[in-house]
Amino acid sequence: MSNEWPLWEVFVRGQHGLAHRHVGSLHAPDVKLALNNARDVYTRRNEGVSIWVVKSTDITASAPGDKEPLFEPSNAKVYRHPSFFDIPDEVGHM
Amino acid sequence: MATGKHDQTLFELSLRMGDNALILGQRISAWCGHAPVLEEDIALANVALDLIGQASLWLGFAGEIEGEGRTADNLAFLRADREFRNCLLVEQPNGDFGHTLMRQFLFDAWHLPMLKALTLSSDERVAAIAAKSAKEATYHLERSEDFVIRLGDGSDESHRRMQDALDVLWPFAGELTCADEIDVALADKGLGPDLGAIGAEYKEYMERMLKKATLTADWQAPIRKGGKVGDHSEALGHLLPEMQWLQRSHPGAVW
Amino acid sequence: MYAQMVKSTGEGVKSLDEMEPQERAFQERINADVKIEPKDWMPEGYRKTLVRQISQHAHSEIVGQLPEGNWITRAPTLERKMILLAKVQDEAGHGLYLYCAAETLGVSRDEMTEQLLSGKAKYSSIFNYPTLTWADIGAIGWLVDGAAIMNQVPLQRCSYGPYSRAMIRICKEESFHQRQGYDIMMKLVKGTPEQKEMAQDAINRWWWPSLMMFGPSDTDSVHSAQSMAWGIKQNSNDELRQKFVDQTVPQADYLGLKVPDPDLRWNEERGSYDFGEVDWNEFYEVLKGNGPCNAERMAARRKAWDDGAWFREGLMAHARKKETRIMAAE
Repeated sequence: MSNEWPLWEVFVRGQHGLAHRHVGSLHAPDVKLALNNARDVYTRRNEGVSIWVVKSTDITASAPGDKEPLFEPSNAKVYRHPSFFDIPDEVGHM
Repeated sequence: MATGKHDQTLFELSLRMGDNALILGQRISAWCGHAPVLEEDIALANVALDLIGQASLWLGFAGEIEGEGRTADNLAFLRADREFRNCLLVEQPNGDFGHTLMRQFLFDAWHLPMLKALTLSSDERVAAIAAKSAKEATYHLERSEDFVIRLGDGSDESHRRMQDALDVLWPFAGELTCADEIDVALADKGLGPDLGAIGAEYKEYMERMLKKATLTADWQAPIRKGGKVGDHSEALGHLLPEMQWLQRSHPGAVW
Repeated sequence: MYAQMVKSTGEGVKSLDEMEPQERAFQERINADVKIEPKDWMPEGYRKTLVRQISQHAHSEIVGQLPEGNWITRAPTLERKMILLAKVQDEAGHGLYLYCAAETLGVSRDEMTEQLLSGKAKYSSIFNYPTLTWADIGAIGWLVDGAAIMNQVPLQRCSYGPYSRAMIRICKEESFHQRQGYDIMMKLVKGTPEQKEMAQDAINRWWWPSLMMFGPSDTDSVHSAQSMAWGIKQNSNDELRQKFVDQTVPQADYLGLKVPDPDLRWNEERGSYDFGEVDWNEFYEVLKGNGPCNAERMAARRKAWDDGAWFREGLMAHARKKETRIMAAE
């Protein structure tokens, strides 16, 4: 049986209230040690206040071939972006 | 060394706390680049960094109490072995990684309650250093505990190695909770804790954790002590020359 | 550099018209500065070149812990000890990020480690030189990290997403490394005559090996042209070496240290320094394994790996036990 430690993906939430963000990966034998390692490897510079670890094999990713059907439609919805709307200068910052 | 104008017991307390952190930090920093797995190179370096940081706070404070202008660096690099006040446990050689982890575990399990108790010290500078250090020590103990339980209850080989490390190091653990007249004086003045109470907590914790780790300690083993009063094992006499060499070979130089 | 002699599949660079539609689409993405991600289609040569380059880079970080690690227990002050420890720790971290980036290309870290330990994989020649005095720690930070940064900054724009992201993180963390080295040198040149001598001796020994870090001239190399077309490499070795010399010589002047190159002089016309020829025989010898510390470096890494096997296995054994217990309980 292979003794290579499984790979984990690490997500860290920073100080500023933003959502957890993928910061990288690491190896660990189990989930508790993965959390310990994540703290030691990815928050050495005070980067985070909360950590998630997920076994890499437990992540389901969209296939690159699906990129167009999945993401292209949202490209057409330009009205979701603030720059779609012209606001007169007199109104001031919005 | 100490002249008597200052509070000698407080000076001793800072040296004991500072030297423990310094010598253990020095020991584990040697693993950087040589640990069994990359994640451990990084994690163990974090522990070493915490400990050396604590050492510079305690020793800086000791220098202040003494009032003779000695800095943390002077105390770390220019004292002779007989003047060091760390317990024997922390100066024991690294051995295999199991010895290093077991030494850390036996130390952390004392260090955390000791620091927590010192946050209540009647001296607010002691309380402040202890409060900062206790946060770090909380994580150190968590890590140590995770490893000792897992490796004790892991493969046959990891169990054997951890038991072997415990057999070798256990006799040194007693010194941590064994009060001498300085500890008693510190407790009387409200500067430090009652080591007896910490010892009881230590024993209860060890019984619980070692059982989880399927390891057995020899509770009857005679205690090996002396470091706290400067009677060290031979190991320290090899660690210090290496650590102090540059300072001693270039007296007065600035780095 | 950290990956000095990476061979790509050197068949010459194809033009877009010569490519099959899939490869053409891939190349067009690179030309448009769109990152390639792990699950995207890529030519086998691109994947292989990247695995070689990233793993060489990772191995260099790992072996690179050793020369500086040699001085952690002897650092002259508590603060220097902490700074050095934090720096060597960063190198372990950088090795880790890079191994993870390579793992997205379908090679495991254990496989890469085996390749390093068997001598099959290479690492940067620079780490096969000894650190003999404390000044070497200053010289490594200043010169070796200085050269490394020169190479790593453009790699942040590498076409492969995971490598580029790892490099962004690494560059951010590395920013203090070169400065701490220069800071050590400044203290030494202002110190006692012995300290100053130590500093000069260090630059004497580290200057040429630092220039070798950029690798031999690759202006005419097919491998290099392909790596550039793929967006894996951005600048030629000579270009970066020149930039390094131009940047570093004034820093040496400021310290009052002499660069050990009799041919070094300012060329007004080029607006750059002319400098002497690197001893490439030495470079190839070190790369072949005949440098002053190759044997020691590999022995140290093998010992760490072999001695640590029981630790890695013991923790896995516990994890399996725990899983079995949980399953039994359900």
